[in-house]
Amino acid sequence: MRAFRALLKRDLGLGLRQGIDALVVVLFFLAAGALFPFALGPEPALLARIAAGIVMTMAALASLLSLDRLFTADYEDGSLDGLALSPLSLELVALAKVATHWLMTGLPLLAAAPVLGLLLNLAPGGYPILLLALVLVTPALSLLGGLGAALTLGARRGGLLLAFLILPLFIPILILGMGAVAAVAEGRSALGALELLVALDLGLLALVPWAMATALRQVLR
Amino acid sequence: MNPVTLKSPDQSLTASGIACRRSERMLFRELNFTLTPGQALMLRGPNGSGKSSLLRLLAGLLPMAEGALSWCGRPVDEDRAAYRADLAYLGHLDALKPQLLVRENLQFWADLIGATVPVDNALAKVGLAPCADFPAQHLSAGQRRRFGLARLLLKPVPIWLLDEPSTALDANGQKLALDLIARHRAAGGIAIISSHDDLAVGQVTTLQLGGAA
Repeated sequence: MRAFRALLKRDLGLGLRQGIDALVVVLFFLAAGALFPFALGPEPALLARIAAGIVMTMAALASLLSLDRLFTADYEDGSLDGLALSPLSLELVALAKVATHWLMTGLPLLAAAPVLGLLLNLAPGGYPILLLALVLVTPALSLLGGLGAALTLGARRGGLLLAFLILPLFIPILILGMGAVAAVAEGRSALGALELLVALDLGLLALVPWAMATALRQVLR
Repeated sequence: MNPVTLKSPDQSLTASGIACRRSERMLFRELNFTLTPGQALMLRGPNGSGKSSLLRLLAGLLPMAEGALSWCGRPVDEDRAAYRADLAYLGHLDALKPQLLVRENLQFWADLIGATVPVDNALAKVGLAPCADFPAQHLSAGQRRRFGLARLLLKPVPIWLLDEPSTALDANGQKLALDLIARHRAAGGIAIISSHDDLAVGQVTTLQLGGAA
């Protein structure tokens, strides 16, 4: 636990010192999302209908931005060897990296989501369920993203490969997230979709760190 | 330096018939050695002969293609975590984060492995105390190497695996590295060292890799 905290603390410290990273993710999220009204025309009813979907898609795309750096620095400067030889298992190293990614990307995106909602004329009643869905969607994005980062570590043009690898896996998460949002918009209960999202999060939490550790062991060879 | 605690009367590292394969090419095979407390093994050989690979293999970072490795009379595969806790590996990369202070860098490794020696003591022993509050990006190559040596000192462990420990070090630094190795051995530690320079580490066994092997 002490070792896990040490790694989390160092990575968060490094992330905050380069605060620019989290800022770039949020700015990309807002700027890219704000393009839609220009492209689709300023029709309030149309925007209101698709606002939640745009917010969630943009969150998924923005969370890709900081992924290719998740392990690269540690790999290039030899820290990964040290981590592999430390008392901390590689599974927990992977989990700490995913947690860092969520704290540095998922959390700022949650905070910025209402702003983008406002820009896209999201109906006032749509905010609570959108945020609740995002709370459950963003950890899944970080877990899958971490898996992609571990699998593409050391590959040439890893960032591009990572996007191709991970984007298809984001589809079920987005479907479930939007399912919850749509249910509330139509006056139905969102419980089913939210429960499935929680199950997905827990399933990924159990499997992904193990798969990431296996990928990292291959890279260290 | 704190003496290395003897866990077992038979604290020896034994390699029997180990081989290493890197992308279809056999780097070495049929390597045998036994090291008992206080002994050192010097790895020699031309570039690419597998010195670094052997050290990574002994650290458990590379898989063994053939052979077996045992520590304290038991195969290391039986309890990888215990074996890992008994070794320190100094690779040729320094694992320094340029954005962090030198002290913060070392503090991280100290927290990670559960150091028993205070960070400032370790820095002082390798002559980095005056730079403790510098960002690590300002360190010279030799100072970065000294930082690597400081990482070894955070916790006394019986096995040191050192990949070119003296690269980039000045005369004083080389003397420091030799001194640390000598003390480690005097305290009952085992050292396996790869080096191009003629590091005078005292009584050693030499293992020639590649070509003349």
